[in-house]
Amino acid sequence: MSVTSERSADGQQLTITISGRFDFSTHQDFRGAYEKETQAKRIVVDLKDTSYLDSSALGMLLLLRDHAGGDKSDVQLTNCNNDVRKILEISNFSKLFNIAKPA
Amino acid sequence: MLPSTPDRLTVLIADDNVSDRMLLSAIVSRQGHDVLTASNGAEAVSLFERRRPQLVLMDAMMPVMDGFEAARQIKALAGDALVPIIFLTSLTEGEDLARCLDAGGDDFVAKPYNQLVLAAKINAMNRLRVLQETVLHQRDLITRHHKYLLNEQRVAKALFDQIAHSGCLSSTNIRYLQSPYALFNGDLLLAAWSPSGNMHLLLGDFTGHGLPAAVGAMPLAEVFYGMTAKGYGLRETLREMNAKLKRILPVDMFCCAALLSLNFKQQLVEVWNGGLPDGYLLHGDGRPHTPLISSNVPLGVLSAGSFDDNTQVYPFGPGDRVFLLSDGVVDSTGQDGELFGARRLQNVLVSNRNPALLIEEVQWALARFNGQARDDVSMVEVAFTEPDLLGPPSVIYTDSGDCSPLDWSASFEYRAVTLKRFNPLPYLLQLLQEVHGLRSQSGELYIVLSELYSNALEHGVLGLDSALKRDAEGFGLYYQQRGERLDTLEDGFIRIDFNIVPAGDGGRLTVRVQDSGAGFDSDRVLAMPPATNQLSGRGLSLVRQLSDRCQWSDDGRTASVEFAWEGLA
Repeated sequence: MSVTSERSADGQQLTITISGRFDFSTHQDFRGAYEKETQAKRIVVDLKDTSYLDSSALGMLLLLRDHAGGDKSDVQLTNCNNDVRKILEISNFSKLFNIAKPA
Repeated sequence: MLPSTPDRLTVLIADDNVSDRMLLSAIVSRQGHDVLTASNGAEAVSLFERRRPQLVLMDAMMPVMDGFEAARQIKALAGDALVPIIFLTSLTEGEDLARCLDAGGDDFVAKPYNQLVLAAKINAMNRLRVLQETVLHQRDLITRHHKYLLNEQRVAKALFDQIAHSGCLSSTNIRYLQSPYALFNGDLLLAAWSPSGNMHLLLGDFTGHGLPAAVGAMPLAEVFYGMTAKGYGLRETLREMNAKLKRILPVDMFCCAALLSLNFKQQLVEVWNGGLPDGYLLHGDGRPHTPLISSNVPLGVLSAGSFDDNTQVYPFGPGDRVFLLSDGVVDSTGQDGELFGARRLQNVLVSNRNPALLIEEVQWALARFNGQARDDVSMVEVAFTEPDLLGPPSVIYTDSGDCSPLDWSASFEYRAVTLKRFNPLPYLLQLLQEVHGLRSQSGELYIVLSELYSNALEHGVLGLDSALKRDAEGFGLYYQQRGERLDTLEDGFIRIDFNIVPAGDGGRLTVRVQDSGAGFDSDRVLAMPPATNQLSGRGLSLVRQLSDRCQWSDDGRTASVEFAWEGLA
């Protein structure tokens, strides 16, 4: 499990990548990845290496959304595998996040 | 209290040789420790009992009781605490040295003594002793905290049960499985009767575990019971629960929930699912089950403005059941990390022959799958039942009735914008509850009022045709149209008049409900035989059965019903 973050060249977009299980043990790292971010207008959470996501991860995503401006936020979840997509679907998180269709 | 780590130890020296004993005492005292001395094993044991030295230097060969036996007895007396015993020995054979350790010794020093080695051994042994002391202290602390926590949970659960079990979970048509400590896993199951005799049921699953989840469950249960008892429908209850949780929960906490309203009289079930795995409507006639899919964001996430309280309505008749479950069921993992999943669950549902065993069969399937039961698995199954077999318990009122109003009338007119959102029935019912003579009929009153109100709204104001509800497909269409027309409603009204007059020792209530719709041919509709096996047409016959008199105006736009009561004993 690891969390990495990368800012685009123009500073407009922050991409957070989570590999392995996205659960409560990721809490500190995930928070650290966006907490000091004030510039980026767009946040992308890349889940291509995320094998599983539990309900505390959903909570962490809500915290990120809140940090990024709540209803006015622009948070995109990309590259979800089927298990992850299913969990996001049950909670209808597509109403809160921009969930990218698989390529 | 932290374990004591004195640099100065009390050291017991047991040696039958006086000169050896004095020499050793001098060395150990010089190293800064207090010394106790014994000249044989028995003396050593008794000194240990009285003075509890922290470390023992023990000669092996002594009269009365040798060092081996003394070591065994001292170790037994010391219990869990580590009292290091260092044997003093001139023995050199491996077998003899091993005997020292077998008897409970921790180390040995060879005679003649090397002061440096002796000091180093005492220090090394003391480090072990302190380590053991720390471990024991922490163990005791953990045990104490654990006991404390269990007790807290027990009290909290007892408290919560007072709230959660004030409902009707024990009804014969409900079966459920929940761990006794489900509350601390964030799982919540509530059921209650509405005044009209509908059963409301909620299965919820808070994110997170332990105290936070349990604390969140309290206000949710209160809203659920409070609003159900007052006669609010699912939508209003949902809005209120969502708003309350949104207000009090931290951003990353929410509650996945499914809510049901089971109307046994009209044979309908209304469903809302936000974030729980698919539930199932199991049909008694062998049709494939209907999944009850989560189409909403869980409770406590969205603001009031964007919360979606849209529900689905399905026919629900004899033999039909609804099955709901928490994600602990489908998310159970097998040995190889694979999830139990919806397909395995559906296989169990399909192969189930005896409805009474469904929950057990799911449990067995889970046990076969991963060999161990999870404690956050919640399941509930609620079956159709004839309305007369169950019923809301009568409400007990505590006021005396002396101030009951007995001669009054009131009129209300609800217009389009209000009709879209507002449910006036709980308020109106509460108003009528002020009349004590009506209280024993409040259930009937509520049913008649809601029937007349929904007829006025659906057939009058919205112009819906109940003939649509002929089959399951039309049924869905009917409720879809109802939603669409309500959303776009711009004019129309419903007027409700109450007139209460005293009569002898009792009195009489007349309710008139008028709507702005086109009206209907009341003679023709009322002349039809009461429907028993159809999905529509139960409303009017209910009204006729439950009120003392009822009639419709010639244009079918105004219904008028009467309720009378005798003097109170």
